[in-house]
Amino acid sequence: MSASANQRPETGAFFARDRAWHAPALTPAYKTSILRSPQRALLSLDGTISEMTGPVFGHSMIGELDNDLIHNYAQRGESAIGERIVVHGRVLDERGRPVRGILLEFWQANAGGRYRHKKETYLAAVDPNFGGCGRAITDDDGHYAFRTVKPGPYPWPNGVNDWRPAHIHFSVFGHGFAQRLITQMYFEGDPMIWKCPIVNTIPDRAAIEQLIAPLDWSQTIPMDARAYKFDIVLRGRRSTLFENRLEGN
Amino acid sequence: MVQPLNYLKETSSQTAGPYVHIGCTPNFVGIEGVFEKDLGSGLLYNEKTRGERISVRGSVFDGAGMPLKDALIEIWQADTDGYYNSPSETRGKADPNFTGWGRSPGDMDTGEFVFETIKPGKVPFRDGRPMAPHITFWIVARGINMGLQTRMYFPDEEKANAADPVLARIEQKSRVATLVAQKEEGNVYRFDIRLQGEGETVFFDI
Repeated sequence: MSASANQRPETGAFFARDRAWHAPALTPAYKTSILRSPQRALLSLDGTISEMTGPVFGHSMIGELDNDLIHNYAQRGESAIGERIVVHGRVLDERGRPVRGILLEFWQANAGGRYRHKKETYLAAVDPNFGGCGRAITDDDGHYAFRTVKPGPYPWPNGVNDWRPAHIHFSVFGHGFAQRLITQMYFEGDPMIWKCPIVNTIPDRAAIEQLIAPLDWSQTIPMDARAYKFDIVLRGRRSTLFENRLEGN
Repeated sequence: MVQPLNYLKETSSQTAGPYVHIGCTPNFVGIEGVFEKDLGSGLLYNEKTRGERISVRGSVFDGAGMPLKDALIEIWQADTDGYYNSPSETRGKADPNFTGWGRSPGDMDTGEFVFETIKPGKVPFRDGRPMAPHITFWIVARGINMGLQTRMYFPDEEKANAADPVLARIEQKSRVATLVAQKEEGNVYRFDIRLQGEGETVFFDI
């Protein structure tokens, strides 16, 4: 984190979340949300130090193949089966500034839509060379990248004939625990995106479009892998320049 | 016309889904050899960490009273002196032997989560008043569209809890109890989380 070493850590409170932009808790077409959504109002709490701070993970924890899902579970000399892709992008805050040195975790089904999980029963085959998990830490520019195979669509017991569009799950840390975010990335042009009850928990079309990664021809590696670009925006922090001076701070 | 307020919009949250463990605790579901160990698992402390050792256990219940067996719980807390191990902590240096962050998948049969940690010290509210010792919780699972945030307080801190500026903001006083753990034998605290209905836990928009 050389470029950030001479910058003071940011300590301002976060911009309030726009909860009309995010999905509400209760979205009945996604059936499981019916019994797992609070009925009482959230108690609003302008960030205290308990939420404005958060864990930071060092680059040293990242192994050589952590961001290579094609190989990180494969036998020596083997690789996962499927459409080879690179997924890359930047993590920015709402003020457009790079969020540096933060951990991203990703997980996904294999090319046939099968997850490697004990509770998974879909009849599509497991790929013996594909685990489905990876992680990366953003660089000084907020950039991350990993390579993988494009996941397949996946049927799920919600409606009688519901299928998830191809997607990759992302878990994102920021610099404060209040920025903690889990989301899903979809692929440009997938006609199943607009049929999905989980996608459609989000009320605003522009918010959904922000989750769709475009094919990024400029980063496609000839004769190897196509690329998709997925930028992620975390909550911005208020400037502390004119923050109220409070007792004890 | 005025200048556009050209802030970006936050990326929308989506549910973590039933297979969150593949990405966050792969060893727990048998995906071994990718990461050496699951991040945030095991003890939060080592032999050099200062402070009182405690266990925090609990379950997350849905609106029908069933424990969730596919939730992922994370905690974030201060050290024994009330300092956070974070670059944004400007008041002093936290115990270097305590990261303050943990992650627990619920047991696949019972749904119970467990954290082996230390009891946190008091940290100040925005106006400088001390907040009672607390642990910040973040809960994700299938059916939860955006991670739920709550806090656990300690039952043996009655006086501090009574003066806590956050608990004081809960208008329905009977709901304060949903944020206070129950003490069990041997420094074990039980903190059950009820997503919906009777005894619904207070969740925060932080």
